[in-house]
Amino acid sequence: MSVETSREIRKRGHLRLDATLAEAATVVGPFEAQGPLGHLFDRVVQDELCGEQSYERAERCLMRGAVDLVLDRTGVSASDVDILFGGDLLDQITTTNFAGRDLGVPLVGVYSACATTSEALLLAGLAVTSGAADTVLAATASHHLSAERQYRYPLELGVQRVPTAQWTATGGAAFLLNRAERGAARLVAATVGSVQDYGLKDPSNMGAAMAPAAADTILRHLRARGQTSRDYDLILTGDLARSGLPLLEELLAEEREHPDHRLQDAGILLYAKAQDVHAGGSGAVCSALVLASLVLPRLRSGAMRRVLLVATGSLHSPRSYQQGETIPAVAHAVEMEAIT
Amino acid sequence: MSYLLAFLIGGALCLVAQIVMDLTRATPAVILAGSVMLGAIAAGFGIYEPFARIAGAGATVPLPGFGFSLVSGLIKELPKEGWVALFSGAFKATGAGIKAALIFGLLASFVTRARA
Amino acid sequence: MEPKEYRQRVKRLEKPRPIVRNAFWAFVVGGTICLIGQLVQSGLMAIGYNQETVKAPTSIIMVFLGAVGTAFGFYDRIAKLGGMGANLPITGFSNAVVAPAMEFKQEGPIMGTGARIFQVAGPVIAYGLLAAFAVGIVRYAIMGFKP
Repeated sequence: MSVETSREIRKRGHLRLDATLAEAATVVGPFEAQGPLGHLFDRVVQDELCGEQSYERAERCLMRGAVDLVLDRTGVSASDVDILFGGDLLDQITTTNFAGRDLGVPLVGVYSACATTSEALLLAGLAVTSGAADTVLAATASHHLSAERQYRYPLELGVQRVPTAQWTATGGAAFLLNRAERGAARLVAATVGSVQDYGLKDPSNMGAAMAPAAADTILRHLRARGQTSRDYDLILTGDLARSGLPLLEELLAEEREHPDHRLQDAGILLYAKAQDVHAGGSGAVCSALVLASLVLPRLRSGAMRRVLLVATGSLHSPRSYQQGETIPAVAHAVEMEAIT
Repeated sequence: MSYLLAFLIGGALCLVAQIVMDLTRATPAVILAGSVMLGAIAAGFGIYEPFARIAGAGATVPLPGFGFSLVSGLIKELPKEGWVALFSGAFKATGAGIKAALIFGLLASFVTRARA
Repeated sequence: MEPKEYRQRVKRLEKPRPIVRNAFWAFVVGGTICLIGQLVQSGLMAIGYNQETVKAPTSIIMVFLGAVGTAFGFYDRIAKLGGMGANLPITGFSNAVVAPAMEFKQEGPIMGTGARIFQVAGPVIAYGLLAAFAVGIVRYAIMGFKP
């Protein structure tokens, strides 16, 4: 009994999955298209407004665009979608909910800040694995300018950014999951993150606030699976950026995990250094863009065999920050394999 | 000469504010509010007036100069108006700048929008 | 790693702010704006304003320049380089009023622009007035609370 209990504790939050990640689609802003992955995105919108009247509406346009594109590619109609799991950063996840209004699909709105991508993916994977659903979507979006409006300062206000600040990515990404034999990758396992708070307060250094959450989730996932980081071709964190990734490496090294080059961060991969995004990219869509454009094609071709996506989210709000509270953070892990 | 002094002294005030901000990691709002208060207090001690005489726009254009204007306007009205000047005096000298910002802000909001 | 130890490590590993570079550009940008202020002031005095009457029109013109820079979208770029050099002069005060006015247009002229126009500049005015009030009371006391 006691053995059983300790095993359960060790495996808390761990999920076995069996779902096919069939297809992905990305829509990005012009600035992201200038980055090193620019040529890999499916669609680039010509201006930051996406033809809309506000940046909030533009963000919806990005999410809708990605969902339409992934449906188009797979030949699935919106009426065949069982559930869409989606999330974003704005207010009461208005991007997702308003996009849901236009899409007309059963919708589950999720929020874990920039960890939303892996949260939506693991829930979508769970829905398929359980047999409750056949065709499921996971979608996220974020917009640099709508995020600036919500979290920081008016756009035209002269503010000097600090080196640890991050740049919210503009884009939308959608993933279609089903039970098909073929697809881009297979979701095999996931670990639900637990919220970590190491007492950091600086919202312009989110990477440092999120690194402990990433370390906790990665270590729990590896232990539950009986793996080491060397079993992976890639462990992709969401947006720890240049301020958080070295801290994660140290935290993992303390537990004798040395993933070295296997550990990469989407926030660092998304932009070129010359783009002046300070520590790197962030935003709900950041990890989704890198996963869809760079990682999934390699899993599909077999160039990579096993990947762990660990999107990280900083769970503060402008209000909690103003009230002097520390920044809680979470990371969710989704393990995917190449389909042989 | 007055141009050189305005450049050097105005620049020096901004430099000090920048260094204080980077060292203390205070937000810009804290530094700006603090510098207006410091300007007001310096004016209260009668330090700012001679300083502004030398530095010209170098002392009046940065925000401590705004604090100085608030106080000097108030002090000028005190002998005439007594305690009422404590409430009305400060705006007399600074109202033009504040109202100009307000009016131009509203006009800008009518004709333009915030961009990237 | 304990949270406390972690926080110390974060502090140690954090990329430092470029203090010298920031200070240099604050000096150059701030000095230049004050130089422009001096030019405006001298120009006004050349057309008949005196030492006293020149203050208000100088402020108005400087605020106007800051507003134009903000409306055309380049004041934020100056400030990105100049930091306090762009924030501290009265043109920066103007930027702090005009930027939210433009920003919150989206939320309507009353509850957007109208209500939030002083979101950034408000503290400067509020605490400036408070400090002036305190200084005024001391002065008033020295005068023996007369008249």
